[in-house]
Amino acid sequence: MAKEIIKIENLKRYFKVGDETVKALRGVSFTIYEGEFVTIMGTSGSGKSTLLNTLGCLDTPTSGEYYLDGIAVKGMGKNERARIRNRKIGFIFQNYNLLPKTTALENVELPLLYNSSVSAKERTERAERCLREVGLGERIYHKSNQMSGGQQQRVAIARALVNNPVIILADEATGNLDTRTSFSILTLFQRLHREGKTIIFVTHNPDLALYSSRNIMLRDGRIVSDEYNHDIKSAEEVYRNLPVDTE
Amino acid sequence: MNIASLSKIAIKALGNNKMRCFLTMLGVIIGVGAVIAMLAIGQGSKNSIKAQISEMGSNMIMIMPGGDRRGGVRQSSDDMQTLKPADYEAIVNQSTTIANITPTVSSSGQWVNGNNNYPSQAQGVNTQYLDIRQRKVAQGEMFSESDVKTAAKVCVLGKTLVDNLFPDGTDPLGKVVRFGSIPLTVIGVLDEKGYNTMGQDQDDLALVPYTTVMKRMLAIDYIQGIQASAIDENKTNETIAEITDILRTNHKLRPEQEDNFTIRSMQELAEMISSTSSMMTVLLAAVAGISLLVGGIGIMNIMIVSVTERTREIGLRMSIGATGRDIMTQFLIEAIIISVTGGLLGILLGGIATWMIKIFANWPVQIDPSSVVLSFAVCTVIGVVFGFYPAAKASNLDPIEAIRYE
Repeated sequence: MAKEIIKIENLKRYFKVGDETVKALRGVSFTIYEGEFVTIMGTSGSGKSTLLNTLGCLDTPTSGEYYLDGIAVKGMGKNERARIRNRKIGFIFQNYNLLPKTTALENVELPLLYNSSVSAKERTERAERCLREVGLGERIYHKSNQMSGGQQQRVAIARALVNNPVIILADEATGNLDTRTSFSILTLFQRLHREGKTIIFVTHNPDLALYSSRNIMLRDGRIVSDEYNHDIKSAEEVYRNLPVDTE
Repeated sequence: MNIASLSKIAIKALGNNKMRCFLTMLGVIIGVGAVIAMLAIGQGSKNSIKAQISEMGSNMIMIMPGGDRRGGVRQSSDDMQTLKPADYEAIVNQSTTIANITPTVSSSGQWVNGNNNYPSQAQGVNTQYLDIRQRKVAQGEMFSESDVKTAAKVCVLGKTLVDNLFPDGTDPLGKVVRFGSIPLTVIGVLDEKGYNTMGQDQDDLALVPYTTVMKRMLAIDYIQGIQASAIDENKTNETIAEITDILRTNHKLRPEQEDNFTIRSMQELAEMISSTSSMMTVLLAAVAGISLLVGGIGIMNIMIVSVTERTREIGLRMSIGATGRDIMTQFLIEAIIISVTGGLLGILLGGIATWMIKIFANWPVQIDPSSVVLSFAVCTVIGVVFGFYPAAKASNLDPIEAIRYE
């Protein structure tokens, strides 16, 4: 049996908006094991953003249990959660969120800057290694605003990998990219998955389920389906068959 | 997260916005520069007043007729005649702490030489006047004790008088000039001193034996004042007490009666003038300090804008593991870097401004090291104080909202 990376039990999250209570999550339970590539899918309002925030230790549930890598996150203080995010989670956002006017290397080094146990030398080495891993070995000194969207997202992926997280959380990571670039990024995710990384990919695009190993569907704060995909489509193949824009 | 890494991040962030960073600094630069220049002017004028007074003789004591006249009352003509030559002689005979002493009487009038004339004073003194006022006779000689005894018709002219009475440059020595209707022989010319701090021409006078002024010019039996110098300038207060005793005895004043004369020392005068100039300095520095405060508010203003503008960056930093404290430290460091760099540049600007005031306005200036330390310390404190609110605001952001902030 593979290791349990994420285990949530009957997770509920209510928000108070004025006099009304918005029930974003109404009791969600699942376990994600090491090496899985899970897509969490749902329309807007389904609670997927709230779920992602909770899984990313940015938010705390109203009730229910959450164990990340065997550690109970519920009841943790702000600073402890910041530390957990720094050591165990890699975030990838839809709009990349790179620091402007800053080189790829410095962007990737950023999470390690907030970890005082990593020396400056090790920090640079690890950041360079991660950039090579995402195919940007030649561009480590390029500034973020001199790069294309796909390149920027690769920098963001390198940044998510640099702290050796137990889980990578991607929030609509291909949402801002054109089809071709989307598939090249997806190819990268699939490669990371093959190399044993655990990935959660939150999206509203149902097509992406074909490329992950498991798909969880949310609606109105509840899970409506949780299925394993035994016939994973290769994003690389699609990418190669896409017509190259010659213009 | 250590301070060194956070400083690196802060410097990087400031470098991304050089122009705005500089404009923010400008407030601090001007504030600190103004404080330093103002304090330098204040300190400089204080020093020059002190120097002038000690040149005039810091051990000088002046005795005037009449009681304490501060406040402008009690100025009857009787009061002005309480000092007699006998008082002067009593002090000369009885005092043990006085180095030099002279009675003073002066008469204003027209000095005439041929068809040149000039309105000025005839200052009636004795031979010791030169030592008390630390003056010298540059040409010719001072009148003698016997000139004083005989009320001789001689005079020693100041440079301004010489220039006006002998515009063609003839040697004034031995010439006879008239003061009013009295002919006086010029036997000496005083050294040139220029203007003093109060703007008085110290060369616009002529010295005449006091007896000549009393008997031949004014026909009075009293003297207008006495000037003396104490042996030890640190013991002028004791000298004043001694003279007071002598004069009270001489005037036969009973213990309950007030003094009918006033004694002032140069040191008292010096303190009075320098306290006025200190007040002026404080006033100037306060105005400059306000501009420093405004500079500090400018820092706060820009930092608040910067926090809002960088909300997403803050959200990102938090989501990859920065704690609230890390964010707060980063923004505080940014504010401190702005204020400290501004402070250093301000010191430079203050130095240049002071130098220019010295060169172009020819004012006496002096930069006091303590004023540099003070203004630098103040602007560091300003950085912390005014940086704190925006930094706290940044550290309290909710990462979930911050990361999606548009």
